[in-house]
Amino acid sequence: MAELTYRDAVARGIAQEMERDERVVFLGEDVAKAGGVFKATVGLYERFGPLRVRDTPISEQAILGAAMGAAMTGLRPIAEIMFADFAAVCFDYIANEFPKLRYMTNGQLGCPLVVRTGNGGGARFGAQHSQSIENWTMMIPGLKVVAPSSPLDVVGLMAAAVRDDNPVIFHEHKSLYAMKGEVPDGEIVDSLGTAKILRPGKDATILALAMMVPRALEAAEALAAQHGIDCEVIDVRSLVPLDTQTILTSVVKTGRLFTVEENPRLCGWGAEIASIAADEVFWDLDGPIVRITTPHIPLPAADHLEDLAIPNAARIAERVSRVMNGSQR
Amino acid sequence: MATNKKSAARAPAPASEQTPAAVPAFTREEELAAYRQMLLIRRFEEKAGQLYGMGLIGGFCHLYIGQEAVVVGMQMALKDGDQIITGYRDHGHMLASGMDASGVMAELTGRRGGYSKGKGGSMHMFSMAKNFFGGHGIVGAQVALGTGLGFANQYRGNDAVAVAYFGDGAANQGQVYESFNMAELWKLPVIYVIENNRYAMGTAVTRASAQADFSRRGVSFNIPGEQVDGMDVRAVRAAGDRATKWCREGNGPIILEMQTYRYRGHSMSDPAKYRSREEVEKVRHEQDPIEQVRARLLEKKWVGEDDLKKIDAEVRDIVNRSADFASSDPEPDPAELYTDVYR
Ligand SMILES: Cc1ncc(C[n+]2csc(CCOP(=O)(O)OP(=O)(O)O)c2C)c(N)n1
Ligand SMILES: [Mg+2]
Repeated sequence: MAELTYRDAVARGIAQEMERDERVVFLGEDVAKAGGVFKATVGLYERFGPLRVRDTPISEQAILGAAMGAAMTGLRPIAEIMFADFAAVCFDYIANEFPKLRYMTNGQLGCPLVVRTGNGGGARFGAQHSQSIENWTMMIPGLKVVAPSSPLDVVGLMAAAVRDDNPVIFHEHKSLYAMKGEVPDGEIVDSLGTAKILRPGKDATILALAMMVPRALEAAEALAAQHGIDCEVIDVRSLVPLDTQTILTSVVKTGRLFTVEENPRLCGWGAEIASIAADEVFWDLDGPIVRITTPHIPLPAADHLEDLAIPNAARIAERVSRVMNGSQR
Repeated sequence: MATNKKSAARAPAPASEQTPAAVPAFTREEELAAYRQMLLIRRFEEKAGQLYGMGLIGGFCHLYIGQEAVVVGMQMALKDGDQIITGYRDHGHMLASGMDASGVMAELTGRRGGYSKGKGGSMHMFSMAKNFFGGHGIVGAQVALGTGLGFANQYRGNDAVAVAYFGDGAANQGQVYESFNMAELWKLPVIYVIENNRYAMGTAVTRASAQADFSRRGVSFNIPGEQVDGMDVRAVRAAGDRATKWCREGNGPIILEMQTYRYRGHSMSDPAKYRSREEVEKVRHEQDPIEQVRARLLEKKWVGEDDLKKIDAEVRDIVNRSADFASSDPEPDPAELYTDVYR
């Protein structure tokens, strides 16, 4: 057992897979010699050498296109897109190429690759370097989408993503890189499509993802202490596939559903889950499904504005307690 | 190069085979103006670095120290109505275009009086009054946008020129070449200024660029290009003069590779382990753009030490006032979260 940071867990997860499988190669901007702009890939270049760990030019289309080309021949590339916002620069590969390949080739070719990217806000980087784009990737059939919230999940989900035969978008949260957590020694392999109940509770279900997870947990403690509301907090972890089993079982038990989302409000991931819950467990609900999200706005650079925009523990607790006490809004 | 006959310009010679253009001298007034502007940028950036260290500036802050001659020399070649667009290392471009130091500094500290009311931050500021079109965080995006500025000039039939600045690293983005092709095809008045400061974050040019002579990056599109000593403000101005003339005469786009150097890390969080202290010191001592002008001014006895001290004091005063404003101006109103998203 060792205490690892979220950033060290990224390197550990990649190393575990590169050690195991020679087909795994890793490429991205400043990922090798510099160890990544967030220092999440330190040591990989030294350990696996320049053939397998490569610095690229600032050419996102070429990075993802080359990763896919290699994947078409059976390699298992991990490609980094430094900031998730830059996915928009190379979205053709994410939206049109990776996810359609197996389908259009009659299953002859697959696209077993992982795109790791620094997602999310909180670092005062402004409108073009802070977005939470998990919902952009969730909407494309053919992609799998995960977003871990702890060092342990980073290692295990990275392994699962690399071993999966489909393209996986792996959202690392850039404001979680410094977070620490216990990670057992030895090989760790998790599975995609599984949510985790982090805090059992009986009164309400709160779903959260990535940086919203620690905030939802903090809110749940405050709700229990100050309002006697016992929340079940679930880390969704994987948007595609989605663990509807765990989520809906919880909603049926508590009768209340809240989502805490960092993505902007319209078409956020929670809207999809709300729709599924309304379809499947409507008669088990005791109140409205409520989504707590970043508003439908670009993110500001100024610190106090950014703090107002992204949901925090106080806002989550306040909203949940008001709704649970019978007020709609 | 750009002043050559058209046929010569169609097939630019490699920079290594060009006869280096003699560097035309500046008048006393020009030297003084360049000195003051470059010093303003340097002192401003030093102050921004300090405010960052004090926690008054958050997020990103990419300093322009070392590269001052590029924007100042280019600005001297421009005329009213010409447009400027750049990436995220943009403070120098804004000051050179005449934007107010206090407004820029207050944007860095995220205050109400900042050019974007604190919502843009270091990388995203604009001033239509000064024809400064940003301030863009996505590497390379400004190259296509600058091409569009040139398109609008051609459409309106004015003789304005658009200057699109980007880095050696940005030069490896695909949209740069889509833009080059279109700009030459349509003969758009765009000057592509590639600020080759030898690094893109931690990656040296030679580790990222198969063709590191950036003046040749337009060859297959027939766009002429020039390598320019970007540490010598006179050379920059002269190249800018040739380029603006080329564009205004309707010849289409042109590429200027400015060979320059950034003294500081890529951004404030960069320990710059990818290069040696000696390398930085060598450039500082042998090529510093401000020292070059200072030495010439003194050597020609155009000014005395006292005159320079006076300029220093004036510049420091502007910078100090900008810092005071940027630390005392109130934070933006929470309601600003929702303004200017739509109209
Ligand atoms: C599309 C995109 N990819 C990557 C980045 C991250 N990034 C920001 S600056 C930079 C280096 C750019 O280097 P260069 O163009 O040489 O400009 P310089 O910083 O030297 O002024 C990188 C990789 C980005 N902002 N946008
Ligand atoms: Mg550079």
